[in-house]
Amino acid sequence: MATLELIVSEEVVAGPLVRSRRLGLLFWMAIGWMLFVFAVAILAPVLPLPSPTDMDMLERRAPVSALHWLGTDGLGRDELARLIYGARISLTVGLFAPVIGLAIGGALGILAGYFRGRFETLVVGSMDVLLAFPPLILALAVTAYLGQSILNLTCILGVLGIPAFMRVARAATLTLARREFVIAAQALGATHARILVRELLPNVMLPLLAFFLLGVAVTIVVEGALSFLGLGVPPPISSWGSMIGEGRESLEIAPQLAFIPAMALFLTVLSFNLVGDTLKALTDPRQSAL
Amino acid sequence: MSGPALLSVEGVAVDLPTARGNLRAVDGVDLTVGAGRTLGIVGESGCGKTMLSRAILQLLPKKAKLIGRVLFDGQDLVRCSPEALRKLRARSLAVVFQDPMTSLNPVLTIGTQLIETLREHLELDALQAKKRSVELLAAVGIPAPEQRLTQYPHQLSGGMRQRVAIAIALSCEPKLLIADEPTTALDVTIQAQILDLLAREQRRRHMAMILITHDLGVVAGRTDEVAVMYAGRVVERAPTHALFKNMRMPYTEALLSAIPKLDAAPHTPLPAISGRPPDPTRPIKGCSFSPRCRYAAGPCHRDKPQLTGAETPDHQYACFHPILIAAGVTA
Amino acid sequence: MMLDSSRFPTSDPLLKVENLVVEYAVGGKTIHAVSGVSLEIARGETLGLVGESGCGKSTLGRAVLQLRSAVSGKVRFDGEELTAMHGERLRRMRRRVQLIFQDPIASLNPRRKIGDIIAEPLVIAGYKDAKKRHELVCEVLSAVGLDPTLVMGRLPHEFSGGQCQRICIARALVLNPEFIICDEPVSSLDVSIRAQILNLLEEMKARFALTLLFIAHDLAVVKAVSDRVAVMYLGRLCEVGPSEQLFARPAHPYTALLIEAIPVPDPDVRPAESVPAGEPPSPIAPPSGCRFRTRCPRADQQCASEVPELRQVAPGQYVACHHPLT
Repeated sequence: MATLELIVSEEVVAGPLVRSRRLGLLFWMAIGWMLFVFAVAILAPVLPLPSPTDMDMLERRAPVSALHWLGTDGLGRDELARLIYGARISLTVGLFAPVIGLAIGGALGILAGYFRGRFETLVVGSMDVLLAFPPLILALAVTAYLGQSILNLTCILGVLGIPAFMRVARAATLTLARREFVIAAQALGATHARILVRELLPNVMLPLLAFFLLGVAVTIVVEGALSFLGLGVPPPISSWGSMIGEGRESLEIAPQLAFIPAMALFLTVLSFNLVGDTLKALTDPRQSAL
Repeated sequence: MSGPALLSVEGVAVDLPTARGNLRAVDGVDLTVGAGRTLGIVGESGCGKTMLSRAILQLLPKKAKLIGRVLFDGQDLVRCSPEALRKLRARSLAVVFQDPMTSLNPVLTIGTQLIETLREHLELDALQAKKRSVELLAAVGIPAPEQRLTQYPHQLSGGMRQRVAIAIALSCEPKLLIADEPTTALDVTIQAQILDLLAREQRRRHMAMILITHDLGVVAGRTDEVAVMYAGRVVERAPTHALFKNMRMPYTEALLSAIPKLDAAPHTPLPAISGRPPDPTRPIKGCSFSPRCRYAAGPCHRDKPQLTGAETPDHQYACFHPILIAAGVTA
Repeated sequence: MMLDSSRFPTSDPLLKVENLVVEYAVGGKTIHAVSGVSLEIARGETLGLVGESGCGKSTLGRAVLQLRSAVSGKVRFDGEELTAMHGERLRRMRRRVQLIFQDPIASLNPRRKIGDIIAEPLVIAGYKDAKKRHELVCEVLSAVGLDPTLVMGRLPHEFSGGQCQRICIARALVLNPEFIICDEPVSSLDVSIRAQILNLLEEMKARFALTLLFIAHDLAVVKAVSDRVAVMYLGRLCEVGPSEQLFARPAHPYTALLIEAIPVPDPDVRPAESVPAGEPPSPIAPPSGCRFRTRCPRADQQCASEVPELRQVAPGQYVACHHPLT
């Protein structure tokens, strides 16, 4: 009779490789900041803040005080309130735009990488066309034509992000679709839909998510740049970018008006980058070779 | 052993820190290789044979810790300066690895890689180096050697690439060649050719060779001495003929019987070894092979057997119940 | 051997391959992977298919399962033509034919639990009852020597190569197929594990009354499990015959070369001074006539101009050679 081994519990298996060595202090600090910003942004209406649009012409560019924790801006509006409400805008655009890219670009990429052939050529070609447009000019053109609003801004930034997500998804799918477990699924008679959803998607999802976080960081900066140029969110809505733009005028007298929102932007983008990078490093399912 | 040993590995142990704890890849190995002799090191994956070869070549990963001495031609390689080591490599100590696609630089031509090695170590000028390269390629059996000099590794087949790797290794007339699974990635007919080539060159140059493999068939006809490794230690060491005819260590016996033989009838069940090679991060108390050994008894599970060679000093084994005794035959 | 006679009602072959040709384009060039291969596998038999890398044996295996499209030729399984089936009919046929791969770890989705992976064929086949599925999965895991309770909830990377191969075998068996193609199932495993898996395959074959096509490049491994052996070279069959006979008296020079080249673990057997046989030609531009002629010591003009066909040289043994050894 064949010698079969029945696994005895002690010698069973190597335990899952301990991965938490990679999650250092910096990672947790980044998570902490992100959670803080999110919490504050979501809870903004219930927080005891002065209104961000109330102008107090007598207290313009006031320094830090008990009434105004971060002072006031050039039009007497409370800086802290503006910062927090600005976070809402930056985060909204920053999160929803890449979601559009992830959903559409990711889907196109997986399909292109799996089916290959003419479909793939078509997808890659059209993405190349989209990439060829200078993004800021395109954003300018669209907002000039359709008007400035948060919705328009989110949509255009979302569409601009589609090619990048497509590429990430396609690259991941190309390596995976050739591996034996996909062929095994085909040999079992699985439909294409089943293979795409059950075999490929769980494996492609993690690199996509890591890229998504980096995309959030980039989008926040781009939105900031557009608002800085006055092409982003329309006044009186303020985002961090427009605050930096307005603070530019007062750089000599009250530099904090530009630096505070810039600092907030910097810390938030850095956190998203850190978390995204760490996730990217973790999503490699190969164990480290000895 | 005739003459002083060219290479003497004494008490070498290699520790690797990993996420799962300390990994003892090599656990106290003693080996010697005489000038012009071939030593075969046989073992399955995870037995430490590759780490051992890296330890000898001083090419261990940075995190690894090496204990012991590696004496080559009188010098302790462990204590050598990087400059001295560099001079030794290629001129005295050469390596052929398993996968020629990754051991050859894919963006440099064959000619560049050969000529570079020659000029670096033998201080030849460009013309001499080129001439010598062509000679070397012809010697390893590559047809149309002049044309090959301008080709890239990916333009050659696996067997050809391995020949080039051997040519580079032999270019500076080393005293010792370490071949780490040189034919595992090749087809069986090409395997035979490459092994013949190595044996031929070794005889011609009176070179010592260490042949590392997992295939007992490869060492049977082509080595003077064989060391069998398991879980980081040498468990049996003997002149080749003695090893196959009088094996002592149950692991060696089990390994040999587990190989399907060409002269056996189809559908004969193979005497497989139950269980799996041990996890190097979880050392086993007692003899590492005891969970899988059919002769294992009391002391096997408690103490680690040391390498001894009671009756025949040439033939050493690490076992409390070597086969002859277990079968009830007095040695 | 428990041969389920209800499985072998007739004596006509379970699998019949007729003149299969598979080619594919790589960067503008055509690779002639399989060039007109015909073979038959009887019910309950194990046919070993042996050859070196590039001979097309893996491609043939995939083409038989319709995972690669053939340029021409037919594949008949149990009398029905697989090459003519599509969509739902083909998917239903797949339940009766399964495949085991060379790299066991790559054959398993790294993000799915073992229990789900093995249940997958059942789900695809339409088994709606989760309890029944669980039962079948446990049964088949025990059959391959793994403890279901310890294995089902884990991920593939927690297992060794040998264990993963057992899991792949379990997955191939869960639907109780009739025919399994094993594509180099033990090549990437250690020697001691190889023997275990080969024994397991033999046991499973007996228990589940399987017919096997065993593809490998290691002659000794193929001989150990096969009833008949077919030798392939550069897309064509060289020789087919019963295992013992083929190895004892090979008729094709390539078969003889393969046998000679195997390293024998016996120090008294001197390795034969290998014929300076050169390298196998590329499948992009295979030689005319007999494809082995560039390495064959017996080759002549006829070999260059005429393609040799398989003809019988001994009972049950067929060879495609103008100058066979016997």
